[in-house]
Amino acid sequence: MSFDFSTTLGNAALPNPILTASGCAGSGKELSQFFPLTDLGAIVTKSIMIKARSGRATPRMAETPSGMLNSIGLQGPGVDQFLQNDIPWLAEQGARTIVSIAGETVEDYAVLARRMRNLPGVVALEVNISCPNVENRGMVFSCHPETARAAIEAVRRNIGGELPIIAKLSPDVTDIVSIAREVADAGADGVALINTLLGMVIDTNLMLPKLAQKTGGLSGPAIRPVAVRAVYQVHAALPKLPILGMGGIANGRDAFEFILAGARAVSVGTATFGNPTAAISIKNELEAILTEKGFSSVEEAVGYAHREVTS
Amino acid sequence: MINQINQRASQVSAQLISNKRVGAYHHMSFAVGDLAAQALPGNFVAIAVGGEGSSMVLRRAFAIYRSTEKCAEGGLIELIVAPHGQGSRWLTSLPPHSVVDMVAPLGTHFGIPTEPVRALLVGGGYGSAPLFGLAELLKSRGCRVDMVLGASTANKIYAPLEGKRAVSSLTITTDDGSTGIQGQITDVLPSLIEENEIEIVYSCGPMGMLEAITRVSERYGILHQAAVEESMACGIGVCMTCVIPVRDDAGVPRMLRSCIDGPVMDGSKVVWDSKRKIPEGTFGA
Repeated sequence: MSFDFSTTLGNAALPNPILTASGCAGSGKELSQFFPLTDLGAIVTKSIMIKARSGRATPRMAETPSGMLNSIGLQGPGVDQFLQNDIPWLAEQGARTIVSIAGETVEDYAVLARRMRNLPGVVALEVNISCPNVENRGMVFSCHPETARAAIEAVRRNIGGELPIIAKLSPDVTDIVSIAREVADAGADGVALINTLLGMVIDTNLMLPKLAQKTGGLSGPAIRPVAVRAVYQVHAALPKLPILGMGGIANGRDAFEFILAGARAVSVGTATFGNPTAAISIKNELEAILTEKGFSSVEEAVGYAHREVTS
Repeated sequence: MINQINQRASQVSAQLISNKRVGAYHHMSFAVGDLAAQALPGNFVAIAVGGEGSSMVLRRAFAIYRSTEKCAEGGLIELIVAPHGQGSRWLTSLPPHSVVDMVAPLGTHFGIPTEPVRALLVGGGYGSAPLFGLAELLKSRGCRVDMVLGASTANKIYAPLEGKRAVSSLTITTDDGSTGIQGQITDVLPSLIEENEIEIVYSCGPMGMLEAITRVSERYGILHQAAVEESMACGIGVCMTCVIPVRDDAGVPRMLRSCIDGPVMDGSKVVWDSKRKIPEGTFGA
């Protein structure tokens, strides 16, 4: 029997469960020199905002044990240029695109959602309500059930059509399950777990925070157990809610771990910084592991770690 | 729509052919096959460090010292590495025949004038590395090449014998006076520019030095191509950490990636001294 590597996120059908992570694949052009973008399940774009943004001052980055801190601050060209340049190029490559959007206000999410209707090659929308690199921590929508709900409702009301909405959540909360439940009730078709964790490194020579904006988002294998835990908890509570898992996935084994915890697809982020072809290696390794373990499809393995075991 | 980004780059398993200590640095040669033919002076490589399962998740970027297309080992890329961090210490401790994961060549290269010009090459510390290949190329195009190298102390001056062949004069400055003239590069720049009737300056080194060179070259109204140094996570344009503000044609600063829009940039367009702040009027600020 042949192995079925395909998966779904809501009504988005993907040929395999390996995606890029938002903000870790540039515009797609940077990586296309190293592999055809169509080899991945989908390309998740950097988070697009209404207006152009310079992002934060440098230093923006600090390497940490098995990870890194970043404080890019959502640098980008704004939605007009993105729709004019990036979307047509990705469509021309035949890539399946998941657009990530980020707003400063609930109204921003509504405006952006309207701009995302009927775009070529776009199979889903990732709603970033959890970027840690914003001026006001109170503005991290996914840190509070009410603001998380408001942002997702704004997208749901304005998106129209069938495009699945995936809400990207922050791990920096007391109870991620309650936030996931709130966004699902508000109309999200799935959740992306997890965004980076807020962190800090102090430069002991300068005796100052290493990043210009002091704090940044921690990513990489260092956060993987936190991410796996979040995926496991949300899948246990909301088994029907599709989960896009991410957080420090560096090889096929790691991707398998997220699928066992309940993810239907996974995003590869920081690993791409260390290796431009990381996502392709992960895809190949995951397929080999799933086959070796005797699964006939991705579907069969999703949430397998939740099964009852009798001793 | 044709993609121009990273278009000469590939990812290869590069075998370390030799690793020699030279002063405070290591001269490292890697067999890279056909890829060597793609490299131009100013380009850089990005190397994964720490080996399998390393806790260092980011690549390290190094300017290419020299690339040779055809030699006994096939194509070679040579680097000058300063072992000042955990990743570069790991790299410089590798024995010959070790294999590293290398992505190269990356970034912009020094522009070569179409007509013979009088060029001054300025390097700070191991920033001299990419200038020797550039000197050879400029000389082969009929340019006169003068060079000035500066560092804090003598063993941090990298100036190999074979590298000096292409230059008409070599001036050295050290902060402590342990070799050459005591002082900084900028102390000798005006006289070198005047005496040699310099038309273009090429530079590579710490950002403070590049800023000072920009001020001098602007005073003389001459071009300045600077290879900038900003810490990078990926080297291929996806992480957005290595940005610096650079003025566009309308004079508006934009946060450009030094890995893709650099490392070689027009010095007069870079907004220097922008550490820890976004210049006023920056696009999207």
